[in-house]
Amino acid sequence: MVRWLFLIAALSVAPPAIAQLRAFAVVGDAIPQSLTGQAGDAARGRAVVTDRQKGLCLLCHTGPFPEQRFQGNLAPDLRGAGSRWDEGQLRLRLVDSSKVNPSTIMPAYYRLDRLTRVGGAWQGKPVLSAEEVEDVVAFLLTLKDTP
Amino acid sequence: MMPSVAFTSMLSCAVAVSTVIAAAQTRDPRRSGFEDMSRESQAMQRDDTANPGMFAVLEGEELWRAKVGSRKTSCADCHQNAEVSMRGAAARYPSFSTAWNGPVDLQGQINLCRETRQNAPPFPLEGPELLALSAYVGKQSRGMSIAPPDDARLEPFRRQGEALYNMRQGQLNFSCANCHEDHAGQRLAGSLIPQGHPTGYPLYRLEWQGIGSLQRRLRGCLIGVRAEPYAYGAEEYIALELFLMSRARGMAVETPAIRP
Ligand code: HEC
Ligand code: HEC
Ligand code: HEC
Repeated sequence: MVRWLFLIAALSVAPPAIAQLRAFAVVGDAIPQSLTGQAGDAARGRAVVTDRQKGLCLLCHTGPFPEQRFQGNLAPDLRGAGSRWDEGQLRLRLVDSSKVNPSTIMPAYYRLDRLTRVGGAWQGKPVLSAEEVEDVVAFLLTLKDTP
Repeated sequence: MMPSVAFTSMLSCAVAVSTVIAAAQTRDPRRSGFEDMSRESQAMQRDDTANPGMFAVLEGEELWRAKVGSRKTSCADCHQNAEVSMRGAAARYPSFSTAWNGPVDLQGQINLCRETRQNAPPFPLEGPELLALSAYVGKQSRGMSIAPPDDARLEPFRRQGEALYNMRQGQLNFSCANCHEDHAGQRLAGSLIPQGHPTGYPLYRLEWQGIGSLQRRLRGCLIGVRAEPYAYGAEEYIALELFLMSRARGMAVETPAIRP
């Protein structure tokens, strides 16, 4: 009961919020086109990935970041992500990993619907902007070596 | 020859079965957050002269004896010696209050007594007085097993708590269970994810540099997943506490505990 009430509340605010996201097309298990129409910047992407307030990736993942002391162990090491997946697959994984694994714990970084009781400061905003998603995709593509 | 082989294998089978049963009886998979702490923090919790939570307990003892309200009554006037009258009380909260016609947590019960028995204004939630009195009352159950009441009136609220526990929420879209069931024992960046048992509240948290309630702790978890925290005293917290206490049934009360 409680669950449904919350869901309805969330759905009713979703349409105006969704309008703030750029349109993109999912093809198979990928989003082949850049969300911004441009290629991202790998150096900026690395900064997003290691930022604990922004990318949050290292809450769960480990990776080739020797300067980062605390890395999580809830998710695979990011080393080699750029050889396991192509650009479009990485983009979908970031935008909405529940499309790949419905029960995933990895947050959807560029999605506003199907969320419940989002805190005031975060409402109507995706976790990352389209530009930041592209920057992270560009960075992940540089991670070719597996651990 | 044959019978003896059969007998031996039967015997080893029986031994195996009884070992499994013994293991099931002695090895409770539940762990208090205490077990995941450093040795120093564990020693601090064990030693009352080093445990900063004991300041709140001592303050609570004074408030227990203070005569307040229009009737100038103290908790002690009615309940006498807390070491006797309050023994085991915290282990069975939240309970169903007939006066309130709903479930109340220990702090809620203390404030009910303030208002209806002492004719005094309720203490502010999460304020030092209420934390001190609940630490003092809670300490009288230290070492006792958590024993949620078998009260059918509580059941719908406990189930509401279970549903909330399993509901994903916040911008990061996590349920409590995602962390405390599926990933307990693993690391979220630097923090070890505990099983999330409510055994030590109110407790002294090193990160807070002070004492806080279970509701303050849950607020932290909700803010962490970027969800809107419920207001202090909200029925959702009581429901979650009912569920957490039923999940921790039989574990020992640690109030006032220490946590990192
Ligand atoms: C809350 C935990 C969590 C966070 C935060 C998180 N992930 Fe993940 N991620 C996972 C899990 C778990 C998987 C494994 C697949 C699954 O369960 O969906 C995964 C899978 C991946 C994969 C594919 C795994 C592979 O084979 O290499 C990539 C790439 C990835 N994440 C990148 C990121 C990036 C980049 C960020 C930050 C912008 C991030 N993740 C943040 C939990 C997380
Ligand atoms: C005038 C008498 C009176 C005073 C004063 C009083 N109480 Fe009570 N208290 C009661 C009664 C009667 C109950 C039984 C439950 C009910 O009807 O609320 C009770 C129940 C409780 C319980 C629940 C015990 C259990 O075993 O479930 C707690 C805890 C408690 N009181 C704490 C306090 C504290 C702390 C104070 C002082 C701030 C206080 N009380 C002041 C009469 C009093
Ligand atoms: C993203 C993971 C995560 C989620 C989701 C989460 N927690 Fe926690 N929780 C933690 C971590 C980590 C700690 C340990 C404290 C710390 O180091 O910050 C903790 C601590 C706790 C504790 C304290 C245990 C103790 O030993 O005192 C309780 C109780 C708790 N959580 C309950 C909950 C409840 C109920 C929810 C859902 C409303 C929830 N948590 C959601 C990660 C989480």
